[in-house]
Amino acid sequence: MKFTLSWLKNSLETDASLDAIVEKLTMLGLEVEGVEDPARKLEVFSVAKVLEAGPHPDADKLQVLKVEALVEGEVKQLQVVCGAPNARAGMTGIFAPPGATIPVNGMVLKPTKIRGVESNGMMCSERELELSDEHEGIIDLKGDWKVGTPAAEVLGRNDPVIEIAITPNRPDCLGVYGVARDLAAAGLGRLLEGDLTPVEGKFESPIGIELDFPADAASACPVFAGRLIRGVKNGPSPEWLQTYLKAVGLRPINALVDITNFISLDRARPLHVYDAAKLKGNIRARLGRKGETLLALDGKTYEMEPHFTVIADDEKVLGLGGVMGGEESGSTEETTDVFVESAYFDPYRTARTGRDTGIVSDARYRFERGVDPEFVLPGLELATKMILDMCGGEPSNVVVAGKVPNTSKVIEFDPARIEKLTGLSLPKSEAVAILTALGFGVSDAGALLSVTVPSWRPDIDGAADLVEEVVRVHGLSEVKSTPLPRLHAVAKPVLSPRQRRERTARRALAARGLVETVNWSFIAEREADLFGGGKATPALKLANPISAEMSHMRPSLLAGLIAAAGRNMARGVSDIAMFEVGQQFESDEPSGQVLAATGLRRGTARPQGAGRHWQGKAGSVEAMDAKEDAVALLSALGAPVASFQIAADAPSWYHPGRSGVFRLGPKNIIGYFGELHPRVLDAMDVAGPIVGFEIFPDAIPEPKRKATRAKPPLDMSDLQPLRRDFAFVVAESVTADQVIRAARGADKKLITDVSLFDVFEGGSLGEGQKSLAIEVTLQPVEKTLTDEEIDAVSKKIVAAVEKATGGTLRG
Amino acid sequence: MTDNTDLETLPEKLEAEFTAAIADAVDIDTLEAVRVAALGKKGRVSELMKGLGRMSPEERKEMGPKLNGLKDRLTDAIAARKDALHELQLEARLAGEKIDVTLPVRPSALETGRIHPLSQVWDEVVAIFADMGFAVEQGPDIETDHYNFGALNFPEGHPAREMHDTFYFEPKPDGSRMLLRTHTSPVQVRTMETGEPPFRFVCPGRTYRCDSDQTHTPQFHQIEGLVIDETTHLGHLKWTLEEFLRAFFEVEGVELRMRPSFFPFTEPSMEVDVRCARLGNEIRIGEGDDWLEILGCGMVHPNVLKASGIDPEKYQGFAFGVGLDRLAMLKYGIPDLRAFFESDLRWLRHYGFAALDVPTLAGGLSS
Repeated sequence: MKFTLSWLKNSLETDASLDAIVEKLTMLGLEVEGVEDPARKLEVFSVAKVLEAGPHPDADKLQVLKVEALVEGEVKQLQVVCGAPNARAGMTGIFAPPGATIPVNGMVLKPTKIRGVESNGMMCSERELELSDEHEGIIDLKGDWKVGTPAAEVLGRNDPVIEIAITPNRPDCLGVYGVARDLAAAGLGRLLEGDLTPVEGKFESPIGIELDFPADAASACPVFAGRLIRGVKNGPSPEWLQTYLKAVGLRPINALVDITNFISLDRARPLHVYDAAKLKGNIRARLGRKGETLLALDGKTYEMEPHFTVIADDEKVLGLGGVMGGEESGSTEETTDVFVESAYFDPYRTARTGRDTGIVSDARYRFERGVDPEFVLPGLELATKMILDMCGGEPSNVVVAGKVPNTSKVIEFDPARIEKLTGLSLPKSEAVAILTALGFGVSDAGALLSVTVPSWRPDIDGAADLVEEVVRVHGLSEVKSTPLPRLHAVAKPVLSPRQRRERTARRALAARGLVETVNWSFIAEREADLFGGGKATPALKLANPISAEMSHMRPSLLAGLIAAAGRNMARGVSDIAMFEVGQQFESDEPSGQVLAATGLRRGTARPQGAGRHWQGKAGSVEAMDAKEDAVALLSALGAPVASFQIAADAPSWYHPGRSGVFRLGPKNIIGYFGELHPRVLDAMDVAGPIVGFEIFPDAIPEPKRKATRAKPPLDMSDLQPLRRDFAFVVAESVTADQVIRAARGADKKLITDVSLFDVFEGGSLGEGQKSLAIEVTLQPVEKTLTDEEIDAVSKKIVAAVEKATGGTLRG
Repeated sequence: MTDNTDLETLPEKLEAEFTAAIADAVDIDTLEAVRVAALGKKGRVSELMKGLGRMSPEERKEMGPKLNGLKDRLTDAIAARKDALHELQLEARLAGEKIDVTLPVRPSALETGRIHPLSQVWDEVVAIFADMGFAVEQGPDIETDHYNFGALNFPEGHPAREMHDTFYFEPKPDGSRMLLRTHTSPVQVRTMETGEPPFRFVCPGRTYRCDSDQTHTPQFHQIEGLVIDETTHLGHLKWTLEEFLRAFFEVEGVELRMRPSFFPFTEPSMEVDVRCARLGNEIRIGEGDDWLEILGCGMVHPNVLKASGIDPEKYQGFAFGVGLDRLAMLKYGIPDLRAFFESDLRWLRHYGFAALDVPTLAGGLSS
């Protein structure tokens, strides 16, 4: 909200400086967003007198003036070359001394020579000082101004404009008077109430008012008051009013409209004026009806809805109550009989009407935050008085329908709450004084204060609100820092296993050379479709997305990562290794929001390093690179990697033959890895191949909590392990996992490790066959193994693998 | 047999001969041949020694030590020569084994991998609050109206709701609408209603508002802090924030200014400014004459406690919320919020952190 300093001073008698007021406003919670002091720009400009004016020796259109002016605190006589046709001896104007910055163009004046004649400073035009567009001549002051009088004072540009941000709980401060009340309570002056005595009506109002609401909507407009003023002469409002309105960015229209705008801004009391000649019958507040329309003051036509509060006469809708009046019934310069409306409209219905119509108005803004219901009638009287003052005319009596709603609240307040909640110890008398100054009724009933909340403070509900009022006026800066007691001398660990995993996942992936990204939680529908979401999960579609590209909650982090890879490629980076750890969405339930650690690799960004290097050629990423990342991540997360089942049935966004799923049990999917499906990359217009993985840390069972941190005892054998190699020829469809598991199971006591060291296909093996070579580690337990024992184990291994795979030992 | 004189001088002759041959041996094979010729089974020194048995005791007494001495000296000389030849051989091999030590190695994955500044700051903030005894709580991004607004004392239709440009999902058959949480405050309620006071926790998380311009992104990150017990008041809040900001910005001291403000879920409510200096684009916290708005906070509103099943007559406490992205921007001089979510690898390498740069209080937050 904007107002000027002198406007504020209409309601606040104060000696406080602008700076003091600005500081106090902010510390009261009325945050000052800006102060524009027009005087500041004009600081060095002052009144000067032209003593002599003579022709310039070398230029027809220039004159050489002798000017008496204030320069650096001294009145001096200076020579100034001037091009204005109206410059003449004896006139007074506004002088810019050398060094001044000309407001209109930011030019800094310097002593100079114009066509060979010395010139010190400048006599200014209105345009040069940004007063108007007038540039025909220099300012020709009327009246008798002393040389050196500050320009701001002479030009009436000494009224700073203050802009404050009003939080939604303070509708009372949407009027300058309310701001003055807060400042006065904070000791910055005395609140001036203004004259609100009723104006006597001279005749019965021929226009009546009716409230026509069903019982369940009676709160829409509980009170509606008005009066007719006839014989007014509407026209431009007085200069002071126009100046105020212009200063805060409003365009003066005519006196009647300007008065309603002024009272809205000054008293947070929106009003409306109708041209009585355009009304048919009584004015009625009622609910809207389907099919009705209103041409509003903003020039747009709106369809009425049954939940809108409308103001209507016998024939038509006149306006949307509390939101905006109609174009046709509004007052104009020709208006002679005016009907003034002052009513109370329900905040919620007003807000809803405002949202549904999209109308933004000063009235809506105030009504939806809550105007002072007790000010319905005083506001009408104030308007009457101003209209009579500015436009003349004769007022009718006041007609009122309904009655002012009773909003009075009494709070039993224990002043000890102040110290309990803030740590600030204040005498009770100060709390009483502050509340009283803010307009609260306070009666001291022993231990408790009985506090009556003023009608303009709908935000005050309980003791905590009163504490805030007292503390904010007393000064929050008085609150003293008080150490928060430590719960434990040495802080306890706070992260849950899940939170530790999330953190570990990030560090583990970054340690493998992947770069962490943070992508949008929402993606385009066509992208969501590719990853099993989108049309399949309508509950995850935003009703009001920022754009169609951000309309669906992501079903997989891969979508964002692939898109990010594409953007980086467009910038010339083609070797990409990135990951994100974040939420993906399967449903709108909390359980449908799944933590995923997802990454991808593209180009030559392989685990051993990206790009060409003299030690080895740069190969393209492979599905197994993604598996390596996934397994490294899972190991870092403490997952029992050796117990996983790995199958080749990854979801549709993976390459059908080069991807896998980690499971722990038949239903518990731990993650996916593999090459991404070329069709998906095509659809996203990103060139592959790209390999990736998705790991769901929450699917990993939490390790059992142990009673002790001690690790299990370590049994280190003195006997040397021995290793034997076996190669099996198996069908192509047999997996490495089958061979390894079979070999491992052949003798669980002696075999401690089985590793696969060679895969060979084709050649002499023939179509559909391959050879898998494993190295088996045997760890003797009690004594060195004899040749016979080793032979027996070897036979068991061969038999187990042959049985499990249908293969044969390669000869 | 030669005569005695010959026999007597033979060891000297052999010694001279073999010593020269040992010294002349240029490789291990030649040296071995010398050894066999001298000390092998049929070597000349060995043959001589075999003859000792046939000598008279007097002769033996003279020749025995002589021949044994000879054998020992030749053995030692051969061993010494062998060592020297090995040494020469190694040196010759090493002389041929040279690499260009300036050849580049692959960069360390520990350096090429990066942690996003947001995650780094998340870890830093959690490290500080963990030391102050705050647990970490989290909640879902997709929320109900109840947790995001209703339970936080935003009445239906209240203009305060409009301060939050809320993303909604399509209405359900029963007319209710899910939404994307506009702040992390729902976690307060979710945590309080399932636990018992006292509470002391922070909730970091992703939040959303449908707002997008130079300084706003439709998603951003907040960390909320909450303390509820029977005595915690505004003074404790001020201290907690001062200590947090001092530790986070790694400065000796910070000066805070609390201004009254409005949030439906706190009463009194305030915004907090921190003293700073603005040097061009850089902002230095803890010095200078300017104020920078940094967070919102207040005493938890009794209605919020009630909605969480906690007796507001008995319990009270504070809550605060601060933007994690904003903290990252201020601390690390990152100019543009939108870049956080662009995933531009150049930006991530520049503003990101190494994997092992794990924030701790003992080791300093970040290097």
